[in-house]
Amino acid sequence: MNMMHVRATVNGDAVEFVCDPRETMLDVLRDRLALTGAKEGCGTGDCGACSITVDGAVVCGCLMLAAEAEGAEIGTVEGISEGGELHALQENFLKHAALQCGICTPGILVAAKALLEENPDPTDTEIRYWLAGNLCRCTGYDKIVRAVSDAAAEMRENG
Amino acid sequence: MMALDETTAREFKVVGTRPVRPDGVDKVTGRARFGADAYAPGMLHGAVLRSPHAHARIVRIDASAAEAMPEVKAIVTQADFAEGLSGENRNVLENIMAGERALYDGHAVAAVAATTAFAARDALKRIEVEYEVLPHVTDVDEAMKEDAPVVRDGAADASVPDGMHPNVVRYHENGHGDVEAGFATADLVIEERFRTEAAHQGYIEPHACLAQLGPDGKGELWCCTQGHFVAGKICASLLGIDASQLRVTASEIGGGFGGKTTVFIEPVALALSRKANRPVKIVMSRAEVFRATGPTSSASMDVRIGMKKDGTITAGEGVFRLQGGAFPGAPMEFSAMCAFAPYDLENVRCIGWDVICNRPKQAAYRAPGSPMGAFAVESVIDELCNRLGLDPIEVRLKNAAREGTRAAFGPRYPRIGLVETLEAARAHAHYSAPLEPGQGRGVSCGFWFNHAGETAVSLALAEDGTVSLSVGTPDIGGSRASMCQMAAEALGISYDKIRTTVADTATLGYNDVSHGSRVTYASGLATIKAAEDTVDKLCARAAAEWGIDRDAVVWEDGHARPAGPNAGEFEPVSLARIASRMGRTGGPIVGHFEATPEGAGVSFATHLVDAEVDPETGATKVVRYTVVQDAGKAIHPSYVEGQFQGGAAQGIGWALNEEYIYGEDGRLQNPGFLDYRIPVASDLPMIDTVIVEVPNPGHPYGVRGVGETSICPPLAAIANAVSNAAGVRLCELPMSPPRILKALDAEADG
Repeated sequence: MNMMHVRATVNGDAVEFVCDPRETMLDVLRDRLALTGAKEGCGTGDCGACSITVDGAVVCGCLMLAAEAEGAEIGTVEGISEGGELHALQENFLKHAALQCGICTPGILVAAKALLEENPDPTDTEIRYWLAGNLCRCTGYDKIVRAVSDAAAEMRENG
Repeated sequence: MMALDETTAREFKVVGTRPVRPDGVDKVTGRARFGADAYAPGMLHGAVLRSPHAHARIVRIDASAAEAMPEVKAIVTQADFAEGLSGENRNVLENIMAGERALYDGHAVAAVAATTAFAARDALKRIEVEYEVLPHVTDVDEAMKEDAPVVRDGAADASVPDGMHPNVVRYHENGHGDVEAGFATADLVIEERFRTEAAHQGYIEPHACLAQLGPDGKGELWCCTQGHFVAGKICASLLGIDASQLRVTASEIGGGFGGKTTVFIEPVALALSRKANRPVKIVMSRAEVFRATGPTSSASMDVRIGMKKDGTITAGEGVFRLQGGAFPGAPMEFSAMCAFAPYDLENVRCIGWDVICNRPKQAAYRAPGSPMGAFAVESVIDELCNRLGLDPIEVRLKNAAREGTRAAFGPRYPRIGLVETLEAARAHAHYSAPLEPGQGRGVSCGFWFNHAGETAVSLALAEDGTVSLSVGTPDIGGSRASMCQMAAEALGISYDKIRTTVADTATLGYNDVSHGSRVTYASGLATIKAAEDTVDKLCARAAAEWGIDRDAVVWEDGHARPAGPNAGEFEPVSLARIASRMGRTGGPIVGHFEATPEGAGVSFATHLVDAEVDPETGATKVVRYTVVQDAGKAIHPSYVEGQFQGGAAQGIGWALNEEYIYGEDGRLQNPGFLDYRIPVASDLPMIDTVIVEVPNPGHPYGVRGVGETSICPPLAAIANAVSNAAGVRLCELPMSPPRILKALDAEADG
């Protein structure tokens, strides 16, 4: 199979890679770019553990071919904190114990960050529907909803 | 009851607080390394060929076309594993790689290792397997019938009475008194049949491992597992190598719930690695997880209970038939032992049947067997309350087991907290809140034993006064935080001075799996004992420096002090101070503890549920949920709440949506998260929690363990709520819309 050459931006850094045309964006992030934060829970777009942003939109990394990334700006969980500072969402996930095993956490943080960029003051119901594509088997979502809601409030306060 | 009194009186400084977990930053930044996050130089990718048939004889496997691919470096079948295995090792080998017959849809038949994952998958398509398809059975009641196809002959043990079908492989009974005499004194006796479908643990992380095994018999294994010591032991047996030559490291684990207490791909990766002499990584697809790893058992149950008009239960009887896939092990004895455990009964009798079917080998799922049993018994109690016009909590309180009650499964209970959970549920605002039209309320109790198990812990001081704690139980939901808390409490230092590591199998003594709600109990107890061992050594160093007896030194607030005025006048010396000089005062200071503790404390919970049923569509929504559970002592209350909420959410899924659906051909029809639908965020309400603390006398701080009991009441509590909302008793899970509509239609038809 002929390999393809792709140029893109990942978490603000310019990257270049070659890939098999069958490889997904998730495969390339994990296996070629050593960014293993995004997880493969199903490979069929049902669980959201591989959630990333592509030009600002939340997508499942497992449903996107890496070859489609040419020229795109990709965001992953590794890019959420800036410098040594954790994002308000990350801080609140820790404070609220909003993770148990932590496998869904990267995808949920990526999706929640996109929510708050679009809607800085979501209701609990809006949070639940936005995150309905991100499965968590450990927490029952209670503490996740509280963490997202509190992070949103903090971010509004801090402008 | 000294231990209890001491625990009650104890004032904690660190235990009971809610610090940030030590692995927290790694897990919110993507740094944490889970099973599939490991890579090795020269690594090959493994893939597994699986049977498309529910039951078939494997006539011939021709792998020559796959072998001819330049990318393929190894192919294995069962012939590449140890011969002459017996007992459970034999069953595990048969399950992870079929021998003469494929026993279920998805059963592994062969595996390849190739230079890329694509090449490995292509190679699977080039392996030709000739099957002779055999008759199959996937339903527990069908499998017990006289003319049912035989799944595996000779699988039954000596407990099975003569005359049963060969698919019936184990029998169990427990109870006491005379149930018929008890039923004779009842004012109302209700008997009902119940069924539950198999539910999968549904961890979001598929099984993954990276294995290296050389021709010298020395190996390394990295895998996501609830127990790397057990995984290593089984792998060594299956590969025919020495256990100590295989070093196993537990990755971070992306959920397990019992499903990662055994091995599936790990021995296969090791066998491929041995053949190719290169590292091999295998990551299961989600479909493989559903088809070939353990769901829980499905169950068919008959329960009969007699009650007087005042609510007194006069007798209870249950028959629990569980299928556990193609191998013995369905946890029917736990259904039988737990179902009536919350009640003080004069007359009780339970029977369990373990039945094999053409389905994947069941694996433990959170309090294995207990939720189904509770579903049946607690549903009948609810129906009795309805027909006799009695309050469901008052009736449960009237019959509740207390200290000294003889349990349905035999022993007398020590101090337990069931009554406290019922009283807290009755007092909760939820219980008296009005219901909207179309809504119903359900109550249920639940019980789980909790487990102790083999445990070894090591605690080493660093010269700067910080502490490195090594445990052997994988951290599946925040246990490193609670270990740090217990060590900090026992040593009298702060939480952040301690780092807890899940040590590999070469570094620590043997540890049982992270299961049975045992980690905070057993590794916690071992941590406290190891800290006390360390304190003893610290006091000895201080005594030697002061030139006084060891017995004349006490440990308080992280300092060695003279025990009293008679011991002499010395300035208290801190842990950090003693540690800084330990190289000159006798060498490294390390505390340790290893044992199989015997004081695991049983636990009870009471759940309250409000559910709404749409009679047009049969759709159900849980609108309010409250968990009340006895934790003994909550070390880190946030993670205790999390276990309560997680168990309730899994119970909601099992009760309303989740089920293994098999076609007429015996193939699993819904091996994916789209069609096997676990609860999503928009399906659930907030889940309120009440932590009851009736300390376990068998743990220094009172811990009982909390992980499993939380999934025991939900099936029944939700079924009771739905039945009360719908006005018809629902006896089959999941209560999916078609089942609810069927029940409503049947009721309307009279």
